[in-house]
Amino acid sequence: MTSFPKTLNENPLEKQDRSNIAVSCHKITKEFGSGDTKVQVLRGVNAEISFGEMSLLVGPSGCGKTTLISIICGLLDPTEGDLFVLNENVGKMSGRKKTAFRSQNVGFVFQQYNLLPALTAEENAAIPLVISGMKKRQAVARAAEVLNQVGLGNKLKSLPSQLSGGQQQRVAIARALVHNPRLLVCDEPTAALDAKSGQTVMELLTQVGRQKDRAVIVVTHDSRVYKFGDRIIEMNDGLIERVVFPKIDGSPYHAEG
Amino acid sequence: MIWIAWKMLTGDKAKYAGITFGIAFASMLISHQVSIFVGIMSRTTALITNVEEGEIFVMDPTVRQADEVIGLPNTALQRVRSIEGVKWAVKLSRANVRARLPDSPNNSVNGDFRGVILIGLDDSTLVGAPRQLLAGQVEDLKKPDAVIIDEAGYFYLFPGQKPQVGQIIELTDRRAEIVGICVVRQPFQSQPIFYTRYNQALQYTPPERRLLSYVVVEPQEGIAPETLAKKISEETGLQALTREQFKQKTIQFYLQNTGIPFNFGITVMLGFIVGVAIAGQTFYLFVLENIKQFGALKAMGFGNLKIVGMILIQALIVGVIGYSLGLGGTTLFFTATQGAIPLKGFTLLWQVMVLTAVAVSVIVVLASLLSIRKVLVLEPGVVFR
Repeated sequence: MTSFPKTLNENPLEKQDRSNIAVSCHKITKEFGSGDTKVQVLRGVNAEISFGEMSLLVGPSGCGKTTLISIICGLLDPTEGDLFVLNENVGKMSGRKKTAFRSQNVGFVFQQYNLLPALTAEENAAIPLVISGMKKRQAVARAAEVLNQVGLGNKLKSLPSQLSGGQQQRVAIARALVHNPRLLVCDEPTAALDAKSGQTVMELLTQVGRQKDRAVIVVTHDSRVYKFGDRIIEMNDGLIERVVFPKIDGSPYHAEG
Repeated sequence: MIWIAWKMLTGDKAKYAGITFGIAFASMLISHQVSIFVGIMSRTTALITNVEEGEIFVMDPTVRQADEVIGLPNTALQRVRSIEGVKWAVKLSRANVRARLPDSPNNSVNGDFRGVILIGLDDSTLVGAPRQLLAGQVEDLKKPDAVIIDEAGYFYLFPGQKPQVGQIIELTDRRAEIVGICVVRQPFQSQPIFYTRYNQALQYTPPERRLLSYVVVEPQEGIAPETLAKKISEETGLQALTREQFKQKTIQFYLQNTGIPFNFGITVMLGFIVGVAIAGQTFYLFVLENIKQFGALKAMGFGNLKIVGMILIQALIVGVIGYSLGLGGTTLFFTATQGAIPLKGFTLLWQVMVLTAVAVSVIVVLASLLSIRKVLVLEPGVVFR
């Protein structure tokens, strides 16, 4: 297993222009349950994620990664703390506003793809556009363009069951990108894939996801993908233990495997 | 959104078929059983319906339903006629008599006895005579020993024989000649109906002091039947009911004094429960299997209202298709049995179709409620677990 460097706790980006910050978490806590069954999953998380970066959120199971990205993309409310996503105070938004915010600004890539089995690749990829009110025909045409970009131009009419795991994940990526979201949230995108497919998916995410005005957060256990990260946020026991910038610091995260 | 709901639903063909079958089954059972029930109930009022003239029936005060005959004194007719507002009033008798079928080597029921209903019509006016005849004429009733039999009765008494007049039978040991075959609504007991003149009917009926069953009355123009019926009751002490009142009283009697509504009610209820159970369970399983997908949709910005809308659209689709299939099945049944004498008169009424539509709507709403709840309480964060 890759060991984390001990000397890279500081965030060099903090000295940079703040307008480049896509996500800013300040003392975020999250508790589940009440009374004796109360569990504190996040215990005051401070983190920032910049545009143009591929940020990896890593750490052992149960450390709070999923809870943190759920809060960042507005699927969960923090118990305490301030959260700004794309300069919006997401923590203070109403449920309906959060739903609208997600549909406009966030793209999701899930571990199990979560494609609708009855819809073709292009229809699945068109869903975010349909949610935003676009007509089906236009949405599907736009989805076909994005599927072309991810190398699935010949699989537009295929059902998920007719695609391999890697191809399904590429459809999911097309779905996540089709409405040009500024924040891309990927939950273990390579966990269900073999090494080659995982490599392809990460290359694709790096290629299409890492743009000047877009931030990408990838939650992963897969050490093989660490080399794709611009910023690696290591969590443990509800806290951010350290943040590493491998490309700036030349850390061992860029070593193969 | 509708196309996504439609594709999700039809994408899982086994479940789609399961839900549709559940609703179609319920729809068919409900519409079929209610139609049969309505048909049976309408047969209880056959005597009233078959008399097409006259708006009021006058009878003994203790009569509870149309086939319960309690004789009136002959003077009742004169008393009713004397009441102001009566345009005309005529006698009508109804009796159960014994028929003996002819001795004939070709007759499979050679010499058998059957219980039949005998309707005695006013000799001069023949009020209450059947209007639709397959053979013969009503006027032929004026011939000696003449009777007209209904089509169903002919079928029961002379099975396999083509309808033809001239058959000779015995009614209570007296000769009767069939001079006509008519089409009328069948009675509750599915007995053959014979029509004859009132005075002829007296010959065929076993000796009894009072043989007058009803006085059929037509009010003068401008007088409401209800008003005249009330007046007749008050002035004669007899029971006078309008055609509709008498029908309602008869149906009410059967509803209260027989197990028919209870039995049909149970069947209809079973259809409803089975529909809810099959459709509800399958629909719930369908949603449960797609729960991650629903979670993903919620995460991507599908609001609860849209998700509920999708589920309701899916419910509406299976509801409409299931309802159409079920009703189609019932229609097919009644079309296929249209020529069957024992089921004659049983049809699928539009009111039954509406009632079934309401029941199916309740079924799909109940079936989808559990699924809607499941999706409403679903945290979109489930997609990350």
